[in-house]
Amino acid sequence: MIRKTVSNVTEALLGVEDNMTFLLGGFGLCGIPENAIAELVKLNIKGLTCVSNNAGVDDFGLGLLLQKKQIKKMVSSYVGENDEFERQMLSGELEVELIPQGTLAERCSAAQRGFPAFYTPAGYGTEVAEGKETREFDGKMYVLEHAVQADFAFIKAWKGDEAGNLIFKGTARNFNPCMCGAAKITVVEVEELVPAGALDPDKIHIPGIFVQRIFKGAQYEKRIEQRTVRQRE
Amino acid sequence: MLDKNGIARRIAGELKDKYFVNLGIGIPTLVANYIPQGIEVDFQSENGVLGMGPFPFEGEEDADIINAGKQTITTMPGASFFDSSMSFGMIRGKHVDLTVLGAMEVSEKGDIANWKIPGKMVKGMGGAMDLVASAENIIVAMMHTNKAGKSKLLKKCSLPLTGVNCVKKIVTNLGFLEVTENGFKLLERAPGVSVEEIKKATEGNLIIEGNIPEMILN
Repeated sequence: MIRKTVSNVTEALLGVEDNMTFLLGGFGLCGIPENAIAELVKLNIKGLTCVSNNAGVDDFGLGLLLQKKQIKKMVSSYVGENDEFERQMLSGELEVELIPQGTLAERCSAAQRGFPAFYTPAGYGTEVAEGKETREFDGKMYVLEHAVQADFAFIKAWKGDEAGNLIFKGTARNFNPCMCGAAKITVVEVEELVPAGALDPDKIHIPGIFVQRIFKGAQYEKRIEQRTVRQRE
Repeated sequence: MLDKNGIARRIAGELKDKYFVNLGIGIPTLVANYIPQGIEVDFQSENGVLGMGPFPFEGEEDADIINAGKQTITTMPGASFFDSSMSFGMIRGKHVDLTVLGAMEVSEKGDIANWKIPGKMVKGMGGAMDLVASAENIIVAMMHTNKAGKSKLLKKCSLPLTGVNCVKKIVTNLGFLEVTENGFKLLERAPGVSVEEIKKATEGNLIIEGNIPEMILN
C-alpha cells in the first residue's frame, strides 16, 4: 500500500507559491476545501489563478482570498453571490474567465484522464466560442475546449483512507472527483481519515492513484448559503 | 394575465409521464409544485442530484445536500448523487427530457440571452449554456416585457447570447408561444388577455392563425 497521508494542512500545502494555478472543488459553499482555503489565506500568497465553479461569498470560501486580493484571475461558471468579486471584476482589478459549467467540469475530467481537448456544443454561437476552433458533427456545431493545466488541486471529500481512496457525500461531490488528478499535485482534505482496509473497495468513488496528499481537516463550518425549509403540516 | 405561479402551472401541463426534468432558478423552480396527477417525473439538478424532493423540515437541513440554486433540499426514494462531469453528461447526452429556464430575451429564431448585461450585471452562465446547447426540448419561463415595459420577445437579441436557435416554447404572463421557422406562433392566450395585447407586447414576428384559445391551467 502506498501511503498518502500528511499530518496537517501546513504539510499538505508545502510547495504552493505566488502566481500558481489552483483547482478548487465545491459548488457554492457545498463541498469546498475549507481548511486548504484558510491556509492559503494565512500563507498570503498572491497572483493566484483559481479554477472553481463559484467564487464563494464575501466572507467565506474563495471570498476570503478575494478580500485579501490574493487572486489575479478566476475561472468560474457562476459568480453571482459575491459583491466584492463583482466590484473587483467591473473595476478591472480581477481578471475573470466565465465558462459553461459542463465545460468546466469536462476540462478538469479531460486533464484527469489524459485528453488534451474535446468538442462540446455548449457556447456555440456565443462569446464563449470566440477565437475557438469549431467543427460540425452530424449537422450540429461544436466548440473545441482544452483540458485545464494546474499546479495544485484542492479537494474536499467526506471519508478517505491512508491510501488516498475517497468517498464523497451528497451533492458535496460536485466538481471534487473531476479535479482529482487534474493538477500536478492533488491535495485532499477529509472529515474522516481511516486506516487502509477500513473502506470497502467497492464503495470507493475516487481511487488513491489520483491523490498525492490526504489529511483530516481540523474543523468544518459547512456554511449553508440558502437555508430553505418547509413547515410541518 | 398570469403571475409567476400561473406561468409555472401552465408549464407543468407540458410535463409527461417518465420525464426527467431540469428546472432553472426562479419561476422554473415553481413548476415542481404543480406536477399533474398520475404521472411519474424526476427532477435533475446539475450540481449532481437526480430525484430531487421538497425542501427539508426545519432542523433537518443538510449542508451537503443542496440544489443548483444552493438551496437545502431532500431526495426522493430512488434518488442518486453524481459528480459534475456525469451530471452534464446526462444533459449533453440527451438523457434529460425537458429543460425549463428563465430568460432576459428570446429571439424569433429561438436564440436566448440570460447570463450577462455588459458593464452592469455579470453573474455568469452557470449550466445554462450546456443546457440550451444540448436539450431538444426547452421551455422558457419569463415575463413578456421587462420592467421598463419593453418586449422580451425580439427579432434579434441585444444582450450577449446564451445559445442560438434552441428555444422551442415560451410561456409568459400573457401567453403560450412556439418558436417556428417564421417567428413566434401564438398557441394560447393567458386568462383574460387579448390577442391585441400580446401583439402590442411582442417585438418579434408574431404568427396568429385562426382563433387563439384561452389556456387551461391544470
